[in-house]
Amino acid sequence: MDDHNDRPAATTRTLELVVAALLFLLGAVVIYDSVRVGARWAEDGPQAGYFPFYVGLLVCVTTAVVFFRALGDKAKAAKAFVTRGAFRQVLWMLVPSLVYVGLIKPLGIYVASTLFIGFFMRQLGRYPWLKVAAVAIGVSVVFFLLFEVWFKVPLPKGPLEAWLRLD
Amino acid sequence: MAEISSLIQGFGIALTPFNLMLMFIGVVLGVIIGVLPGLGGANGVAILLPLTFTMPPTSAIIMLSCIYWGALFGGAITSILFNIPGEPWSVATTFDGYPLAQKGRAGSALTAAFTSSFVGALVAVVLITFLSPVVAKFALQFGPPEFFAVYLLTFCAFVGMSKGQALKTIASMMVGFALAAVGLDTVTGTLRLTFGFTELLQGFDFLIAVIGLFGIGEILLTLEEGLAFKGANAKINLNVVLETWRELPRYWLTSLRSSAVGCFMGIVPGGATPASFMAYGVAKRFSKDGEKFGAGQVEGVVAPETAAHAAGTSALLPMLTLGVPGSPTAAVLLGGLLIWGLQPGPLLFQEQKDFVWGLIASMYLGNIAGLIVVLTCVPLFAAILRVPFSIIAPIIIVICAIGAYTVHNSMFDVYLMMVFGVAGYVLRKLDYPLAPLVLALVLGDRAESAFRQAMLGSQGAVSVFFSNALVGGMTTLALVLLFWPLVQAALRKAKVG
Repeated sequence: MDDHNDRPAATTRTLELVVAALLFLLGAVVIYDSVRVGARWAEDGPQAGYFPFYVGLLVCVTTAVVFFRALGDKAKAAKAFVTRGAFRQVLWMLVPSLVYVGLIKPLGIYVASTLFIGFFMRQLGRYPWLKVAAVAIGVSVVFFLLFEVWFKVPLPKGPLEAWLRLD
Repeated sequence: MAEISSLIQGFGIALTPFNLMLMFIGVVLGVIIGVLPGLGGANGVAILLPLTFTMPPTSAIIMLSCIYWGALFGGAITSILFNIPGEPWSVATTFDGYPLAQKGRAGSALTAAFTSSFVGALVAVVLITFLSPVVAKFALQFGPPEFFAVYLLTFCAFVGMSKGQALKTIASMMVGFALAAVGLDTVTGTLRLTFGFTELLQGFDFLIAVIGLFGIGEILLTLEEGLAFKGANAKINLNVVLETWRELPRYWLTSLRSSAVGCFMGIVPGGATPASFMAYGVAKRFSKDGEKFGAGQVEGVVAPETAAHAAGTSALLPMLTLGVPGSPTAAVLLGGLLIWGLQPGPLLFQEQKDFVWGLIASMYLGNIAGLIVVLTCVPLFAAILRVPFSIIAPIIIVICAIGAYTVHNSMFDVYLMMVFGVAGYVLRKLDYPLAPLVLALVLGDRAESAFRQAMLGSQGAVSVFFSNALVGGMTTLALVLLFWPLVQAALRKAKVG
C-alpha cells in the first residue's frame, strides 16, 4: 500500500512540459491579440498592442527554451512531481474547496462555509458531530458578526438569511 | 534637520489612541498571519485591504504596515519552535533556531530572533527617515524615461538575482505583465485580451492574484507535505529575556553586517528571503564560531532575522519614493495607496506630508509594539499552531474566499482566486518564482505608460533610455543585471574548461 502511495502521479518532466506549453500558448494568445489591436507605431504614438506584443514574445521565447531543456532532462523524468499519496491529499483539499466556491452563490457564503468547515472536520479530522457543528456554526456566526455587523461589508447571502430576514 | 521636525510632526499624527489601537490590532493579526500556514504578509494584507477602504488613509496604512511587521516577527516563531518556516524569509532562522529549541533554549532563541528583528527594522526605519526625502527630492526631476529605467532596473534585478532560474523568472514576470495588460487600455481606449468577456474589462486585480497564488497555493503545498505540528514548548520569562539581552551585544558586528545586507537587498528588490540567507552565510564565514553554525548558535539566529526584517522594512523606501515596491507585500501596500487615491512616488513627499511622516513615525512605534506583543504572547501564538490542520485549513480557505469577494463584491473574483491558487501550486513546485509575477502585475500599467510616454517624447527612438548619464547608467546597470546569469554561466564554463 505504501509502495503504491509513493509512486508518482506524474513526473516533474511531464508537468514541466505541460506548464511550459500552456504558458507558450498564453504568450501566443497575447501576441495574436496584440497584433489584432495593432502592435506598431501609429502617427500618434505606440499602438495599444505595442508593449504587450513584446511581453508575449518573451513569454513564448523563454517557455520554449524551458520546454526543450526539460525534454532532454533525464533527472526530471525520473523525479516525481507529486506522489500518488500526496496527490490524493491535495485532491481532498482541492475538490471540496471547488465545491465550496461553487456553493457560495446558491447558498450564501455563511451556509456554504459552515458546510465546508463541517465536512472537513468530519472527513479529515473525524471529530464527533457535536464538536463539528459547534466549530462550523460558531466560525460562521463570528464571521457574520464581523463582516455584516461590525465592518458593514455585505457578503453573498442565500435562502437561509432571506428566511431569517438577516439580509 | 528638516527630517527631524517632520518626524516629530509624524509622531503627532500617528500617536492618537485610535491609531495606537490599530497598531496593536495590526501587529497581533500580523503575527497570527505569520504563524499560520497559507497566510503570509502579502496575502494577509491583501485580504484585509478592502476592509480599510473606508478608513482615513493614514490610519489604514498604519494598520496594514503593522500587519506586515507582525508577519515578519511571526515567521520566526514557527521556525524556532516547530522547524517550519511560517514565511519564506524565516527558512534560514530554522538552521540554528530549531537546534537551540531542541536544546531547551527556545526562549533565548525567540528573544534573540525578536530583538534582532527589531534592531534590523530600526536600522531600516532610520534609513528610510533620512534617505527617503533625499531620494524623493532627487526623483522629482525624473521624467518618463528615468521612471521606466527604474522599473527596468527593478525587474532586471530579479533576473540577476534568481538562482539558476533566470528563464523562469523572466517567463513568470512576463506572464504578470500580460495579465496586467488585460482590459481597457486607458491611453487608446482599445480593449485588450478580453475576448468578449465583460468580466475582464477591468483586467485582473492583483489582490485576487496574491490571495490565490500565495494563499490557496500555499495551503495545497502544506497539505501535500503532510505537516504535523510537533514542537518545543515556548516559555519566555523575564529572566531569559534579560539573560539573552546581555548576550546579544556580543554580536553587534553580525547585527551591523546583517542590517547592511538587509537594507541593501530590500531597496534593490532582492527581498527579505535572499537577504536572510545571505546574512546567514556572511555571519557563518566571519564568525569565530562559524563551524558551530547549524548546531544551535544564537548568532545564527541573529543574522538572518536582522537581515530579513531590515530588508522587509527598507522595501518600503523605493515604494514610497519611487512607486516601485521592493517586495510582494510592499507591492500590495502600493496597491492600497492607489486605491485610497494617493499617487506613490516623489510627489507624495510634497503633497501628502502628513501621510508619509505619519507612516514613517508609525514604523518606529509599530515595531516597538511588535516587540512587546511577541515577547509577551509567544505561548498564545504557539497555541494557534496546535489547532489541528483539519480545522484551520478550511477556515483559511473561507478567509481567502471572503477576502477575494470583498475586493470588488464579485463572485467572479472568487472563482479566479481558485484558478490562481492551482496555478500557484503548480508554478511553485516547478520553481517559477511568484514574486516577479505579482510585482509585474502591480507595476504593469505604470511601467507601460512610462515606456509609452518616453517613446512618445523621443518619437520612437530607443536611444532615449541612454540620453543622459542618469537614465543611461540605470539602463546599463539593468542590462548588466539582466545578462548576469549568462555571464556567470560563461565564467563557470571557462573555469571548468
